Amino acid sequence: METQRQEARRDLEDRYEVRLAGEGGQGMILAGVILAEAAAVHDDLNAVQTQSYGPEARGGASRSEVVIARGEIDYPKVMSADFLLCMSQEACDKFYTQVKEDGWILVDSGHVSRMPSHRALRVAVSQIAEEATGRRITASMVGLGLIGGLSGVVSRAALEKAVADRVPAGTEEINLKALAAGFAEAERIRRARDRDF
Amino acid sequence: MTVQLLQGNRACALGALAAGCRFFAGYPITPSSEIAEIMARELPKLGGKFIQMEDEIASIAAIIGASVGGLKVMTATSGPGFSLMQENIGYAVVAEVPCVVINVMRGGPSTGLPTSPAQGDVMQARWGTHGDHPIIALAPATVLETFELTLAAFNFAEKFRTPVLVLMDEIVGHMREKVALPEVGVSQIVNREMPTVPPEWYEPFGNPPSDVPPLAPFGEGYRYHITGLLHDVRGFPTSRLDEIQPWIDRVFRKIDNNRDEICMWDEDGIDDARVLLVAYGSTARSARQALKLARARYGRKVGLLRLKTLWPFPEEAVERAAENAQRVVVAEMNLGQIALEVERLVGRSKVLRVGRADGQMVTPEQILDAMRASPEQFTRRATPARVQREG
Repeated sequence: METQRQEARRDLEDRYEVRLAGEGGQGMILAGVILAEAAAVHDDLNAVQTQSYGPEARGGASRSEVVIARGEIDYPKVMSADFLLCMSQEACDKFYTQVKEDGWILVDSGHVSRMPSHRALRVAVSQIAEEATGRRITASMVGLGLIGGLSGVVSRAALEKAVADRVPAGTEEINLKALAAGFAEAERIRRARDRDF
Repeated sequence: MTVQLLQGNRACALGALAAGCRFFAGYPITPSSEIAEIMARELPKLGGKFIQMEDEIASIAAIIGASVGGLKVMTATSGPGFSLMQENIGYAVVAEVPCVVINVMRGGPSTGLPTSPAQGDVMQARWGTHGDHPIIALAPATVLETFELTLAAFNFAEKFRTPVLVLMDEIVGHMREKVALPEVGVSQIVNREMPTVPPEWYEPFGNPPSDVPPLAPFGEGYRYHITGLLHDVRGFPTSRLDEIQPWIDRVFRKIDNNRDEICMWDEDGIDDARVLLVAYGSTARSARQALKLARARYGRKVGLLRLKTLWPFPEEAVERAAENAQRVVVAEMNLGQIALEVERLVGRSKVLRVGRADGQMVTPEQILDAMRASPEQFTRRATPARVQREG
């Protein structure tokens, strides 16, 4: 019985849960697919990706959830997020409570004006995308770079490979540029944090 | 075996192609549309045919026709389309035409919740078409299993000359998961039996020892009649008792006598379990998570019986698994459908239903709550109103 218990505990600690929430058209689902593919195919971890969206052809709430683990993954949805990326106010209001105590809450200042909690980290995700590539649509890739850089749950090389494989042909370069901008911003945030403590 | 991140709907299409499916007729509907998309792209490369039909009634009619023409066939739909297909599913039962119908279940009734998961079509799969009839229905829980059970569905359809239903749900259909698809060898593929007698001796609805008469493809010299009316051994309508009864007996027997092969499930820790969880499809993943939470937090002895075959219902497996359990919790994304079967077998008082029909997955916590409830609180039906909002 005790070993069964230990086994179950290890299994639960093993899970890393990411929720990418925003609106239809922002690329939240593609970003989730890329994150899962980076983990599962290029980093030799296990990963499951699910999605939720409304019946609308465009707009409406849209989100993607990714669970990454070394071992088996049962429940495919987020129970309590280790990383929450919010690309809309609605997403932010709805999900900020479902985050672990030491989890990341990252909000795009371009889309979120009311901060959900003092723990949330405000980053100009869309603006960084615009500056790096001239296209706001690449904000989801900046978000991926931030997730990779801050959490370290997947490697940069794995994310780069997955981005190159999954984005529409001909857009690899700008998407990789946006991803790099996300990693650079993550590095800046890390350094700033280290200074604070 | 290359490792890839694969979607459930794609695994379904790949399973069908591996099984030898060469004809697909369908009408795309969320959350099953990717299956039609992939079949449209892949079938022509293999010399197969894809037809987008005007609706789901025509879709199943077309696959029945193509199957009688000698091909392995499939269609894929969701709740609203599955409702439209019911009449012709009965036709395929009576005419004994092998075919596979995929239903990626979404919230219902009616057009319901198009993009949300549900498991509300379980009883419809059993009894949706009118009249007494046997049916086979399978329910995968993972992307890999979607591939495997789609392959199994084709094998059962061909072996037993029957429609086989695969009940996926939006979660399993749209979920992407790490898999390494197995190579499918010739020995793992079942093809329908062809007649060996000359055309004039052929009985398309005869009574061979296997209970499954050979099926000759139309256009190869075997002339016979097919109808939805009950018929004699040559396929012509009859109302003679001495012809009807043997036919009904045989059609039931060919499924009943092969329950050992058709009924599939797996078990986790059921031998000493005080609480037994019963679940299927994506909800089985919630149940397995709940089992781990219960073990990690409380060290509780919990077991899980995960059903892969829903119809015919794996009665022996449920009876045996529930034998030593004090409580049986049945979790499903409906308000109690498979729970009815479990209650029938182990008694109403022992069973607690955990369900919801609001387009959300049953959460592990919801199942844990039910497991923890004391017998006095035990209302037998976990009320969806109590469920925490999950967004």
